Amino acid sequence: MFRYFVRRVLQGVLTFFGATFIVYALMFANQDDPLQALAGERPLPENVRQALTERYHLDDPFILQYGHYMRGLLTGDFGISLTNRPISEMMAQAWPVTIRLAVFAIIISALVAVTAGIVSGIRRGGIFDTTTLVITLILLSLPIVVLAPLAQLLFGVQLKWFPATAGAEPGFYQLMLPAMVLSCLVIATQIRVTRASVAENLRSDYVRTARAKGLANRRVIGVHVLRNSLIPVVTLIGVDLGNLMAGAIVTEGVFNIPGVGFNLFRGIRTEDGPLVVGFVSVLVIVFLVVNLVVDLLYAVLDPRIRYE
Amino acid sequence: MRGQFPLKMAVGATAIMLLAAGCSGGGDETSAADAVISIGLGEPQHLIPSNTTESNGAEVLAALFTPLIDFDADNKPYTVAAESVESTDNKVWTIKLKDGYTFHNGEKVVADNYINAWNHAAYGPNGNGGSYFFERIEGYKDLQSKDPDGEEGPQKAPDPAAKTMTGLKKVDDLTFTVTLSEPFSGWRSVMGYTVFYPLPNAAFASEGVLKEDYEQAPIGNGPFKMKGTWQHDSKIETEAYADYAGEKPKVGGVTYKIYQEQTAQYADLMGGALDVVTQIPIENLASAPADLGDRFKTGPNSVFQFVGFPTFLPQYSKVEVRKAISMAINRKEITDNVFRGSQSPATSFVSPAVAGYRENSCGAPCTYDPAKAKADYEAAGGPKQIKITYNADGGHKAWVDATCNQLKTNLGVDCVGVGEPKFADLLTKVEKKEDVGMIRLGWIMDYPLMENYLGPLYGTGGSSNYYGYSNPEFDNLVKQGSAAPTEDEAIKLWQQAEDILARDMPVIPLRLGQNVYGHSERVKNVEVDKFQKVEILKIEATS
Repeated sequence: MFRYFVRRVLQGVLTFFGATFIVYALMFANQDDPLQALAGERPLPENVRQALTERYHLDDPFILQYGHYMRGLLTGDFGISLTNRPISEMMAQAWPVTIRLAVFAIIISALVAVTAGIVSGIRRGGIFDTTTLVITLILLSLPIVVLAPLAQLLFGVQLKWFPATAGAEPGFYQLMLPAMVLSCLVIATQIRVTRASVAENLRSDYVRTARAKGLANRRVIGVHVLRNSLIPVVTLIGVDLGNLMAGAIVTEGVFNIPGVGFNLFRGIRTEDGPLVVGFVSVLVIVFLVVNLVVDLLYAVLDPRIRYE
Repeated sequence: MRGQFPLKMAVGATAIMLLAAGCSGGGDETSAADAVISIGLGEPQHLIPSNTTESNGAEVLAALFTPLIDFDADNKPYTVAAESVESTDNKVWTIKLKDGYTFHNGEKVVADNYINAWNHAAYGPNGNGGSYFFERIEGYKDLQSKDPDGEEGPQKAPDPAAKTMTGLKKVDDLTFTVTLSEPFSGWRSVMGYTVFYPLPNAAFASEGVLKEDYEQAPIGNGPFKMKGTWQHDSKIETEAYADYAGEKPKVGGVTYKIYQEQTAQYADLMGGALDVVTQIPIENLASAPADLGDRFKTGPNSVFQFVGFPTFLPQYSKVEVRKAISMAINRKEITDNVFRGSQSPATSFVSPAVAGYRENSCGAPCTYDPAKAKADYEAAGGPKQIKITYNADGGHKAWVDATCNQLKTNLGVDCVGVGEPKFADLLTKVEKKEDVGMIRLGWIMDYPLMENYLGPLYGTGGSSNYYGYSNPEFDNLVKQGSAAPTEDEAIKLWQQAEDILARDMPVIPLRLGQNVYGHSERVKNVEVDKFQKVEILKIEATS
């Protein structure tokens, strides 16, 4: 187990450097004239171009720029964005709100998906099962660019159940609607996986054995079926957490939440290399850690799995 | 079990509604004059006057600072923080400041505040985006330096020869003179721009160097002062400055709420969480008049949208071809259907936001006449294929395609719209003299003078003359206008210059911008001016 852990961490370090290098190279290739992008359609005065080029090392060749950036990154200095704000400060503002949003969304989706998945797994073909099937199909086919503004218009503007936007320091209540919208991204898949897993386990030998020796139905399902059915779901939820943080670009835009997705979008739009790479680096770490935790959790949940 | 679900949902919904009611039910005890109103905003790039050339920053700075000059309804300049701005030869301008104005930290506003701020703004290595506004002042060139081996080279630019402009001189505490390198009758209007605000001594860490964190909480001389610091991506709070010497604002404070998307601003306006939206996004224009009723408003601004003909493309070199294309475009149809009235047809080469604007100075070539257009086009032997290049990130596809369809129908030619990812990509192609066809361009004025359209857009080597139009006769008239002894005479000469444009047709004027804005029931007297800023001294709270 310990050797496995160490190996994974070392692999993680390699992945981290590889990913940041690729992202940095992509941003560099995309970058044609970030200073002009900053100025919009206005002509950029020569003196401004000169001063900013020097400040951001834009005239250095790629490998020098990357080296410069990595040296900063490893000492904890994320550099400054093209709008002259320290990126570490932008992160300190963006990460907490995105994490809150993503965790909230995960809790909502897990609660709904596990409950609905179990019920429809037990009563396959019933009305509830069919209804959830239809709803999940609709959710899967509605892209978030439609879903988010629609939910905002309906529940925020017309019914006024929730505030229309969440803002920079949202409370529990402000985050409710965006979190529900965001959870729709993953809820459908989670329901299907839970349902399939429960259905499969219900047919397995050990359940038949448990029933045969006269265990109450409640205990059969509550202890034996559930515990084994949730293993794939836990994995899925773990991986989804990373996806939600990275995939909140649309939701954060619609509900005006200045989080990670928004900063990534802004960075790409303004060709702000350091900003994008900074956020992606942290995202890479989040993915690596979450994946590792999920894999370790797997072993805890399922005694059959042993890591060497 | 099945039956329980709807009930649970109903209970949940009720709970949420109660929660919502509890949140919004708080009584509003403050009177109208103390009320804090909110205005929607995008994240500003900077809040240093000399580095603020985009509208978000300018909007906030207009509350924090008082300009020397402002403009009345006819676009004529009048003094605000200045007692008088006078010149006998349009070269040496004497500016007398009003007594009694103070910065928010209590410092008295004196001539040195302007001189120091302007020198800092003009000093090349400071990299201020608005420094080119100062290039008319004598000595500006000495504050710049050129990189000896170009941007890519290893050498760094040497320090400029001087740190202060010779054209700025203090006479006494409240008087200073500005000497221009050439006479310019419109200088009074130029000084109305954001970059000409003064800076307090407290803004400087040492001589000529601004404090790092000054822009996080700018100290100005305006009707409102910062409350706390700039909360990036969130909000900027201001409150009325009690010791303000000028016209007092009618509200207790303004909170600028920062949004990434205009649609989110509009949703908040509808949801009751925002008071003013200065630009209603095109997605909401269909429903906005009904949603807002008489709180939906429009007014002119200075935006001018047009397409240019790169002079290096031989197929558009005949003026008859250019005029025929212009005649074949039904501008009204596009502004009504694509822009839903948020823009209006342009038939002149300058915007109505400037004094001297004449309606339809372009004349027949800008009047829709498909039959004559086709006849002229064929007679002149126009190209079989027309191309319009635009930047795809600016929402231009819809109208470019519509224009192309009109040209196809009316001229019987093939027409394609080509989207480049960004405006900079479009410029790169133009620089390389590739076949880009007509290019989409737009312009927002910096100061309300005809010259601010004529010079940069059509002058030889003008800063935004990307198509390379050059006519010495035109240049000469613009120059004479700038040097004319009075503003009225200047306007006359500039109008003659505009007539040359109508003859040469270097670009096709297409549309004029409109401010399309809306506000909540909590505020009244909301006006958005031609610079797309809310009239901060007029706005009032209703209760």
